[in-house]
Amino acid sequence: MNALDWFVLLGTMLGIAAYGTWRTRHTDNLNTYLKGNRNTGWLTIGLSVMATQASTITYLSLPGQAYESGMAFIQNYFGLPLALIIVCVVFLPIYRKLGVYTAYEYLGKRFDTKTRLLGASLFLLQRGLQAGITIYAPAIILSTVLGWRLDLTIIFTGLLVIVYTVTGGSVAVNLTQKWQMAVIFGGMITAFAVLLTKLPADALHIAGAMGKLQAVDFTPDLKRRYTFWSGMLGGLFLSLSYFGTDQSQVQRYIGGAALREGRLGLMFNAVFKIPMQFFIVLLGAMLFVFYQFQPDTPVFFNQTEWRSHVESPQGATFKAIEEKYSVVHADQQTKIRAWVAARDHGDAAQESAARSAMAGAQKAANAVRQEARDALKAADPNAQVKDSDYVFITFILTQLPHGVVGLLIAVMFASALSSKAGELNALGTTSTIDLWRHFRPLAAHDEARNVRNAKWFTALWGLFAIGFALYVSSAENLIEGLNIVASIFYPALLGVFVVAFFLKHVGGSAVFLAALAAQIFVLALFLFGKIYPAHEIGYLWLNPIGVAACVIFSVVLQLIFGDKAKTRPDPI
Amino acid sequence: MKPPQADPPDSDEAPRVPGFRHWRGIYIFVFAFFVLVVVLLAIFSRYFA
Repeated sequence: MNALDWFVLLGTMLGIAAYGTWRTRHTDNLNTYLKGNRNTGWLTIGLSVMATQASTITYLSLPGQAYESGMAFIQNYFGLPLALIIVCVVFLPIYRKLGVYTAYEYLGKRFDTKTRLLGASLFLLQRGLQAGITIYAPAIILSTVLGWRLDLTIIFTGLLVIVYTVTGGSVAVNLTQKWQMAVIFGGMITAFAVLLTKLPADALHIAGAMGKLQAVDFTPDLKRRYTFWSGMLGGLFLSLSYFGTDQSQVQRYIGGAALREGRLGLMFNAVFKIPMQFFIVLLGAMLFVFYQFQPDTPVFFNQTEWRSHVESPQGATFKAIEEKYSVVHADQQTKIRAWVAARDHGDAAQESAARSAMAGAQKAANAVRQEARDALKAADPNAQVKDSDYVFITFILTQLPHGVVGLLIAVMFASALSSKAGELNALGTTSTIDLWRHFRPLAAHDEARNVRNAKWFTALWGLFAIGFALYVSSAENLIEGLNIVASIFYPALLGVFVVAFFLKHVGGSAVFLAALAAQIFVLALFLFGKIYPAHEIGYLWLNPIGVAACVIFSVVLQLIFGDKAKTRPDPI
Repeated sequence: MKPPQADPPDSDEAPRVPGFRHWRGIYIFVFAFFVLVVVLLAIFSRYFA
């Protein structure tokens, strides 16, 4: 990065943060602080929903995932449009009608205090830890590649987002997310345009022939992680949990002048989310083609990690792998060119033979890449052997002109800040409304004190996230564990909301115990799959199973308890 | 302190989107668009396979 890149990066990041802070510095009304301006339009809400969902992982890791495994991941989003329609029809009108600040307030009004506290606690637990991951994940990649200090990167991004989120609450989050999304769209389109100029004419056909463009898979196989069916059903429940019951999303769309604004904002996402994700995974598939024709394509994209081993006493092993890879990579390039020529010639038999030879060369190249990972693991058992997260950033730093590099690094930080701001805003709100006001009911009527407390809670969650991100850096395998924990906790929470909306005869005690039982059931199912991998099912399927378990348990427990299961609604 | 602002009971207003008089029309359009996207993705996968 040169001075121009730094100017673009710091100008964009600090400029948006300063603008958001300054514009919202006088926000002292609780409703505005927690829900945003009453005149917030549908486009702002739509962009805010999109910005909160898409973190840096979306823009940094997804192209790498498509580079490695193709476009199948896009099926993960197939349940999203239908889920958003359900949120518009069922969830949003109820939240708006009751005028709640949080989704869990509704549980208190529908059931009782303990169910409300259960929902709020599940949210705070998983989202509080996730907020740490949201800043850690991009910081580890960017600091590794750019040579920055990891702790300072985490602290800088964490403090920056705390400043404007605490100052302006939801208003600042909505305002900054709009501009951050503009930076993100601008940067990603620019990177794609530059990439297109570097690709051969047959890039799409090459990617397709090498198995990178398989976007839809109708195979009815429960063990495959991403298929049309797992995306439609599992993705539907996952999206329903996230958009309908996760306060970081609910808070984005319950504001606005009218119900119309929230609905149109969600429909904006229902229409544009899949095309946007398609664009990102296509970028990854095109990066794959680009690197097939690059003579200096690295065998392992995390070059900082790789170089440290090349320059170590065991460097000879790693240099030998590099040389081996350059030979198979050159052979692969020759085979691809031969296939393109055969295809252009129109001879089916010749084309088929060339395609087989190309597949063989690809297999050989993949085998050497695996050999590189094995060598890293053998040299250092703690080494990070997944390098797909480094594919896009390597392209950015080595292929894009100065200025655009700064813009793309700004994209990564903008996405981290925008999703973290949404999370902190929701954590501060839930802590204030569902916990603090519950335990201090008399103080609930003091508006200034409520706003002050919401600011304190937002700041404390921000500091907790920074602290957790710094801790994670010394215990990296926690990330995977936490992602699993988050995906396991969602189904029971959604199950409680489904019972609340659709099973009016079920009371608080029944649903409370059913949620706990469903949670244990999902956990047991997940652990069973880990102990007996032959019976493991794709994690997306845990969502419909967990929701169904919670609903069935609720009905059964209600039948057993009868009227004793009916409890008094939360008075606050 | 002012209570949180709730929508009046009859606030399920028209979408005010050109070509759509009811929300149901918007939802059908969004779902149809999704089906179209999946069909196009399936054709895309098949064409370039």
